[in-house]
Amino acid sequence: MAKVSLQGVSKFYGKVQAVKKIDLEIIDKEFLVLVGPSGCGKSSSLRMIAGLEEIDEGTIKIGNKEMNNLEPRERNVSMVFQNYALYPHMTVEENLGFSLKIAGLGKKEIEERVNEAAGILDITEFLQRKPSQLSGGQRQRVAMGRAIVRRPDVFLFDEPLSNLDAKLRNQMRTEIKRLHQKVSTTIVYVTHDQVEAMTLADRIVIMKDGIIEQTGTPLDLFERPATKFVATFIGSPSMNMIKATVVNQNNQLSMKTSDGIIVPVPKDKQNSVNEDQKISFGFRAEDIVPLQFGQKPSNAWEMQSSVNIAEPLGTETLIFTNFGEIEIVSRMFTPEQVKSNDVLDFALNLDRTYLFDENSGLAI
Amino acid sequence: MNKRQINNILIWFSAIILIILIMTPGLWVVLTAFRPQVDVMAKPAVWIPRNLNLIQFETMLFGGSEGSMGRSPIPVLSYLRNSLIISFTSTFIAVLVGTIGGYGFARHNFKHKNKYFLLIMLTRTIPGISLSLPIFIIFSKIGLIDTHIGIILVFVALNIPFTIWLTDGFFRQIPRAMSEVAMTDGCTKLQAFWHIELPLSRSGIASAGIFAFLISWNEYALVSNLARSTDSKTLTVGLMDFTAQFTINWPGMCALAVFIIIPALILTFMVQKHLVTGLTFGGVKG
Repeated sequence: MAKVSLQGVSKFYGKVQAVKKIDLEIIDKEFLVLVGPSGCGKSSSLRMIAGLEEIDEGTIKIGNKEMNNLEPRERNVSMVFQNYALYPHMTVEENLGFSLKIAGLGKKEIEERVNEAAGILDITEFLQRKPSQLSGGQRQRVAMGRAIVRRPDVFLFDEPLSNLDAKLRNQMRTEIKRLHQKVSTTIVYVTHDQVEAMTLADRIVIMKDGIIEQTGTPLDLFERPATKFVATFIGSPSMNMIKATVVNQNNQLSMKTSDGIIVPVPKDKQNSVNEDQKISFGFRAEDIVPLQFGQKPSNAWEMQSSVNIAEPLGTETLIFTNFGEIEIVSRMFTPEQVKSNDVLDFALNLDRTYLFDENSGLAI
Repeated sequence: MNKRQINNILIWFSAIILIILIMTPGLWVVLTAFRPQVDVMAKPAVWIPRNLNLIQFETMLFGGSEGSMGRSPIPVLSYLRNSLIISFTSTFIAVLVGTIGGYGFARHNFKHKNKYFLLIMLTRTIPGISLSLPIFIIFSKIGLIDTHIGIILVFVALNIPFTIWLTDGFFRQIPRAMSEVAMTDGCTKLQAFWHIELPLSRSGIASAGIFAFLISWNEYALVSNLARSTDSKTLTVGLMDFTAQFTINWPGMCALAVFIIIPALILTFMVQKHLVTGLTFGGVKG
């Protein structure tokens, strides 16, 4: 069991800097998810922790031991790969026991530990099969079994679910969480899927272009995004985001969009913005409410717009409508029928409207 | 008959013609080995054998008797020994070095990698026979003429480029994650290679081995220059023992040719089952 710390870590590929001096402390037994769009440096960071990539700058410690110059095998980490990378010429049992055999453990102990891991992951009945005889989900389980059999200090997961179909992915996601509860080992998990990040993580690290945008618990990131990028990345559907300029309207600061729509700056932000400042304001789908089917927020701004498309999803319906020229999405939780071209009144909850400086992208 | 059946018939027909074209000379060699000289030399040709015998094999191994033109035995066993030593040793070295080379090209990046690869492949574009004079001169200066080592060296040099090319392709097919996971599983780089990548590429290595062996086993032109005596003459060079100043003992020569073909056939059949590709299938993705 161990904490992991990255201090000023960088990675270069030729002249491209994939990871830019990142600092990160991963607490013992924490489930930390690195999330971001492809090319953001999350996989490189994970591979540096594993020892599969050189650390070009900075230091990585596991426990209190510096890892920079240690081989992967000396780090006592286990990695689960996106494509599973099971050894195709070995049975499941041999796959699980391989690391123990290399470590020179006795036959009996290997068998015990393999059976224990197989029990945890419910793969005992497949032990004698070859990987080619297993389904995708079973292979994924074997890959995880191979990782836990070593009792490593840290588990590293590199997009382990992206090769599975949607249903299996949800199922395996739950299993990974359950596994973490059972073995309670530090986990660093890389994904590009924000739903995976939200559901699995104790703490999420959002990366973009090689830097960390924000670190926090899933709810932290959802409720208090530090940047415009985080705001649009976390949550589904994505947060509505509209560019505007701050103007003075009747001695009250307001936001004027390029279509000339004017929305008052929320009261608590009045002192944080200046006239003529370029900003974006964002709000989540559930914070723009169709008045016929929902409750009007206490601090609201109203508009009327026609429905472009409605997507009923059972418990909720997504309504795509226009905010000036920009399409936005609204979410309602009543099973009412809404049709295209219906004209509805919407109320925007100003208390839950986020403002971002357009130049820096930082939250205001 | 529909279009598909006609297609099938055409494919079978052309396949049979092709096989006949390829097989006939070989069959003729085998047939000649068992026929008397009179039949072989007959004009017009005797197509259907009238009598078959083992005289040529007896003569070859034990010396002449009546009806075999009274020739002395040919040191077939010495030739066989030379052939076996030279072919197996050179194949072993070529596959060992070539596999390491192929792995290096497949897995590591270094400056001018593609140029080196091309350079190694280009060495094979030189016709082997044009090398015989320079090799002969060099070997005579350093005393490698008529030695096993000399001939083995030549075959190793000939076979390494091909082995590199073939194994490079096989190693490339194995996902990199395979050795990476082995390394986090506690392996050194060498252990990962030995336990994971080598077994997964064994069909490629087996193919490379067969090709290298057959090239060494069947080579004639270079060895005929470098081998001077029974110390290093191989079976193929031994074929020339059947030529005299004015005559060629065709049945005898064909008997030795049959003798040469058999081990190569056996080996090929033995290793054939390893030539199954797609071994890595199933280890990755679903």
